[in-house]
Amino acid sequence: MRYSGFRVIAEALTGHKGWKPMWRDPAPQAAYDYIIVGGGGHGLATAYYLAKEFKQARIAVLEKGWLGGGNVGRNTTIIRSNYLLDGNEPFYEFSLKLWEGLEQDFNYNAMVSQRGIINLIHTDAQRDAFTRRANAMTLHGADAQMLTRDQVRTLYPFLNFDNARFPIKGAIGQKRGGTVRHDAVAWGYARGADMRGVDLIQNCEVTGMRIENGRILGVETSRGFIGAKKVGVAVAGSSSRVMAHAGMRLPIESHVLQAFVSEGLKPLINGVMTFGAGHFYVSQSDKGGLVFGGDIDGYNSYAQRGNLPVIEDVAEGGMALMPMLGRARLLRAWGGVMDMSMDGSPIIDKTHVEGLYFNGGWCYGGFKATPASGWCFAHLLARDEPHPTATAYRFDRFLKGLMIDEKGQGATPNLH
Amino acid sequence: MRFENAKRKESLMIINHPILGPRDAQEFVYLGDASLMHRPDGMTAGIAEFHDYLYQRTNPAGLHRELWYHEQGDRSWLVVTRDTVTHEITSVELARDVARREGRSR
Repeated sequence: MRYSGFRVIAEALTGHKGWKPMWRDPAPQAAYDYIIVGGGGHGLATAYYLAKEFKQARIAVLEKGWLGGGNVGRNTTIIRSNYLLDGNEPFYEFSLKLWEGLEQDFNYNAMVSQRGIINLIHTDAQRDAFTRRANAMTLHGADAQMLTRDQVRTLYPFLNFDNARFPIKGAIGQKRGGTVRHDAVAWGYARGADMRGVDLIQNCEVTGMRIENGRILGVETSRGFIGAKKVGVAVAGSSSRVMAHAGMRLPIESHVLQAFVSEGLKPLINGVMTFGAGHFYVSQSDKGGLVFGGDIDGYNSYAQRGNLPVIEDVAEGGMALMPMLGRARLLRAWGGVMDMSMDGSPIIDKTHVEGLYFNGGWCYGGFKATPASGWCFAHLLARDEPHPTATAYRFDRFLKGLMIDEKGQGATPNLH
Repeated sequence: MRFENAKRKESLMIINHPILGPRDAQEFVYLGDASLMHRPDGMTAGIAEFHDYLYQRTNPAGLHRELWYHEQGDRSWLVVTRDTVTHEITSVELARDVARREGRSR
């Protein structure tokens, strides 16, 4: 059933009796051609593109809980393609272009709002570094703007421009960046995949992998064994736990990232703003709450909650940037599990097990990658070759010295 | 729907330093898995072994032995055993003691 304004009117006139469930709830079949482990943003996007773009059939998504109940269910909603390195920028720009057409493509309102993003500049050296990044973005076909102090002041006059430690001297901007309603992304992809015959199987946790002679035969689950020709794992946050079933260790540590929402306020922040030096970033949801966050806590965690020191740090960062924030109340705080990788960049690759593929290592930046991650993983699964924008996202890059390290921090996951 | 949070025991991150007593985790810098103490011999180990040491992690959901550096205290290194699901710390030792127990000089 197609969603549209006409549909809403037609249903309104007939008592809203025609709406159908957005997706089926099928029992797992004995076997599929493709199993995607993980019913989050990336897993659902993969299934959607595998069916729609790569015309594959007999696909199932296995989700241990409910669809979209993981990191796509609660994040700070930002989309952007302002990365520096050649291994990253084409991929993220591909993703941003997919975001731009997504709602029409999957016929679902995901509130894709290209309200712009700015990253503040405090020193001349930082301006040089950000100008370099703007040039790199432009060379890869993305958009980038350098803003003067006055241009930032026009956007956000209430900022602490003359802060002694971090005076605001300008910003790098990306007008095409913005925010997207995260749940809707999961639901849109789920509905689109289901519509094209993908079985979405919830409450189905992978508890083992059946591997014989170096080839995967299928997965053991809480709902029984399910056979598959190809298995793609997209469970960032739980990557190590799931890939352990294949006897694999990963270049990943799981870390907690906290994020916050304030009480609803009148329109204040029209775009997304980051204060990197103060480890603080913020936007405002259409409901009025400020959505903001900072750094990861820094220690391995699967607890899905963090600790008070980071809450204090984030509050300090916010107060340093916009002192009036002190009058707002904190409404919501949560923590999720991040796949922090050894260079801060993701992995979309085959494994040493034939038929087993991996997608993870997204650190805290997986949401903006959702469409491209799904497309590229589907490409890899269907064609056994990486998509041109994802050729660098391999496991063996660490062995070969081909790390994609935006921050230049080296092999310490909690510094990325 | 299972309410996992209600059943989970939640723990504060207080590290019971063997010499200085209970300290807030904020006084420390976290490095990572305690396996980092066992750097392969640079003269004899091959690239594969060095790669695994530097880049591969077990990353368990459960008890994890890890290195914490008491930057704002006595600047000692500690080997802490902590549950990564509940944050409960079950043991804290000086890294020096762990190393000596393994037959190393320090």
